[in-house]
Amino acid sequence: MNPDTLLAAMAAAGIVGRGGASFPTDLKWRRLKDLGRPIGAVVCNASEGEPSVHKDAYLLDHYPDRVVGGMVVAMEFLGVREAYFNINRRYFERYGRHLLSITNQITADRGWIFHYFIEEPSYIGGETGALLNAIEGRRTQPRLSPPSPSIQGIRGQPVLLDNVETFYDVDRLVTGDFQPTRLATVTGPVPAPGVYQVPRDSTVNAVLVATNNRPDFTFFAQVGGSASGEVINQEQTTTYELTGCGAIELYRADTPPYQILRRWFDFYAAESCGKCTPCREGAYQLSRSFAAIGPAGPLPWPLIRTIVRTMKRTSFCDLGNSLPVPVESYMKNVLGMEVAA
Amino acid sequence: MIVTINGQALEAQPGQTILQLALEHRISLAHFCYHEDLTVEANCRTCLVEVVTPGDSRLPIGEIVPACTLTAAAGLAVDSQTDQAISLRRDNLDLLLSHYQPHCHDCPRGGSCAVTEAIDQDSLDLTRFASSATDYPQVRLGKAIEYDPNLCIACNLCVKACEAVGVGYLRLAGQGVTNRLTVTDNPAVECVYCGQCTLHCPVAAIREQSDLSAVEAALANPELTVVVQMAPAVRVSIGELFGFPVGKNLERQMYAAFRRLGFAKIFDVNWGADLTTMIEAEELLERLEHGAGLPMFTSCCPAWVRFVEEAHPDFIPNLTTSRSPQIQAGAAYKTWWAETAGLDPQRIVVVSIMPCTAKKHEANQPKLAIDGLKPVDYVLTTREIASLLRKHRIDLARLTPADPDRLGEYSGAAVLFGASGGVVEAAMRTAAFHLTGDAAVTIDWQVLPEQPTIRQATVVLGSRRLRIAVVSTLQSAKQVLTAIRENARTYDYVEFMACPGGCVGGGGQPVPTSRRIIRQRQAGLRSIDTHKTNRLAQHNPAALEFLDYCAKMPAERRRQLLETSYAMTGSLD
Repeated sequence: MNPDTLLAAMAAAGIVGRGGASFPTDLKWRRLKDLGRPIGAVVCNASEGEPSVHKDAYLLDHYPDRVVGGMVVAMEFLGVREAYFNINRRYFERYGRHLLSITNQITADRGWIFHYFIEEPSYIGGETGALLNAIEGRRTQPRLSPPSPSIQGIRGQPVLLDNVETFYDVDRLVTGDFQPTRLATVTGPVPAPGVYQVPRDSTVNAVLVATNNRPDFTFFAQVGGSASGEVINQEQTTTYELTGCGAIELYRADTPPYQILRRWFDFYAAESCGKCTPCREGAYQLSRSFAAIGPAGPLPWPLIRTIVRTMKRTSFCDLGNSLPVPVESYMKNVLGMEVAA
Repeated sequence: MIVTINGQALEAQPGQTILQLALEHRISLAHFCYHEDLTVEANCRTCLVEVVTPGDSRLPIGEIVPACTLTAAAGLAVDSQTDQAISLRRDNLDLLLSHYQPHCHDCPRGGSCAVTEAIDQDSLDLTRFASSATDYPQVRLGKAIEYDPNLCIACNLCVKACEAVGVGYLRLAGQGVTNRLTVTDNPAVECVYCGQCTLHCPVAAIREQSDLSAVEAALANPELTVVVQMAPAVRVSIGELFGFPVGKNLERQMYAAFRRLGFAKIFDVNWGADLTTMIEAEELLERLEHGAGLPMFTSCCPAWVRFVEEAHPDFIPNLTTSRSPQIQAGAAYKTWWAETAGLDPQRIVVVSIMPCTAKKHEANQPKLAIDGLKPVDYVLTTREIASLLRKHRIDLARLTPADPDRLGEYSGAAVLFGASGGVVEAAMRTAAFHLTGDAAVTIDWQVLPEQPTIRQATVVLGSRRLRIAVVSTLQSAKQVLTAIRENARTYDYVEFMACPGGCVGGGGQPVPTSRRIIRQRQAGLRSIDTHKTNRLAQHNPAALEFLDYCAKMPAERRRQLLETSYAMTGSLD
């Protein structure tokens, strides 16, 4: 497929970034092509460091040929002979052997090089700048932008970085197998947790029904990742479309707020890379305060509001910015509290 | 272009950040991870401003942005004093410093402190959040530097300064709140004690190992004769901690202050520098005569010497065997001067005031002992002596300038030791005088493009043509050593200093120090030399007397007093 045809087909099919940002993939690819500079490498992001998201693992398990196939399309498109897998160590242990046999064949046939950067599983390790730093041997911390991490990618050269599912979609497109579906990971106290292909504009409720996961108890859901996803109440599931990385985590409506909030706070305190003040110190304050008050204690709402606001307004990267998404939507949609605009 | 900060319309340069512009115009704005010589970190998130008018920045009105990452744009107006900016800045400052335990009582910082400034200016409440301090042990680096991970705010400036100087020993490690200062896990990299880290830490979490209490105890002991000697670079920088302009020579105020503090004799490291110049120039001429051991390298910077011993031991034979000025002078006090003055050397305490942390390590080296005594007992940094003056409420501005004792007299050449290039220039004057009877030397420096830390020149001394070079920072030193490895005949004589710009940019100097400030301190030293009647080491009568004394000694004793040796260590100590 010639480059313009490919981009037009991608646009027409509506292929977007499946790491969670949903940025149109054709625009991303075109921007790199139009730089008029040699591109260093194609990078596949198989970090998947957010809890309760398993779609990349699913694809690496069931469709490794398609994932690599999509990378090869990108390499041909950009005239690149080098690619990286940024791969979660647990995934490499499970799927690495099969992946290697596929990429080794390409290396044997075409001389193209595939590097495997095996990442210790972490949330920040999937952030673009942090991921590229790690590949370069630096600390796994986000980069200051500008310059955009994809323009000043690896050793000063631009790189194309896409998620596992994005490459999978590209391969489905060029092989004529494209369907307007996406992967949904359904978790929580549901009858059939797992990863499912669903129509991509499905509402959350539709996914739950289609996968036989619609529970008979009252519930609320977190959509788009169990760390960074928005929380919606049961009523909202009928109109709210699947977003972000396509994860749906279900919670019983009677789950104590302490338990819900503490899980997020502990996660962010542990996963903050420690670079910037609001995320490093703020998440710690919340986690520590919850440990101190215990499940029976009154929730420290003023502290929560202060830290959430500071993290949202002043964090260095999207990890710190994202904690407020679940917390504020939970406060608003489930607890019916007022949240500052 | 015009940018407005807090209602003040200011002319900004393209590419300039709002923080740079604010600092240039003395608009105060908290910042803990920005240094003008280093790339932007943007991790402390305290220099927050609110966008009032976007102009060409196209940012949304009301957006909160760190001023260090916001580039000037035409028509942009920001305000650091809106309710939002104030409260978010206070949140981040209170969070940043929640684990910070003020340690003013034993802080050797000498006055300038970003924490106390922020506490006052931004009405901080450091008890508002629970402390994230853990019981990390303090770490000592040799006998020079120490750090307390409990005070570290993970700003990364020490790490960057350590990299920039060419060492790369420090690093931050740990996730979340455990992200704190630690050292490299690469066994091939060692600390050289240059102290650039201590010069860049905004909160004195990494600092010199202080000798203040030991010095105070000595001063209080009537049985001891405590003498003081001050390095060249200190006199043009100490004033910065007391409100004087950068580069102002305050040596006579300092002599007066030393008397006020109770020092028995006021000597000067510059007197020692005249000794070193003569010994070193003589050795250079000998090496040139025999064509061996060339190029000769200076050895008065202990961080540089340690760098050679640790990382480039193949160059040990190139180091001059001359001891450094403070050590030669210290030996002179405890032998020749003690004899003349009828004092028991065991009861003489020598205190050096240095712009340097590595000098602390140097003074503690057992191999330098004379008759079992350390030539220099204690080394205080410029910052430490400023702390002592503050503690004793000695105001330099109100002191009547005083003169030093006889071993405090020095030539203009000696004071040049305090800046990069000075040692070579002093030695060239002495060598020229020796060879031609005329000390006047013109050195036509050629600066490598884009690299002011490396200069080279060819100097004609009578019938000799000498190729000389001057290098500061170990980063640049690596480059020059590589060139010399490729061609040993590149130079005859090279001066190396670990810190940028030489001792004026030393790790023991006042905070802040920057390239801009270093240039002003250099100019201060240059001006002292220019105004001196005597600008040649050989014209220092007391120094000549001591060398006569040494010349009459057996060769072994003479060597002991004036020369040193080096060890291929390859690992710490």
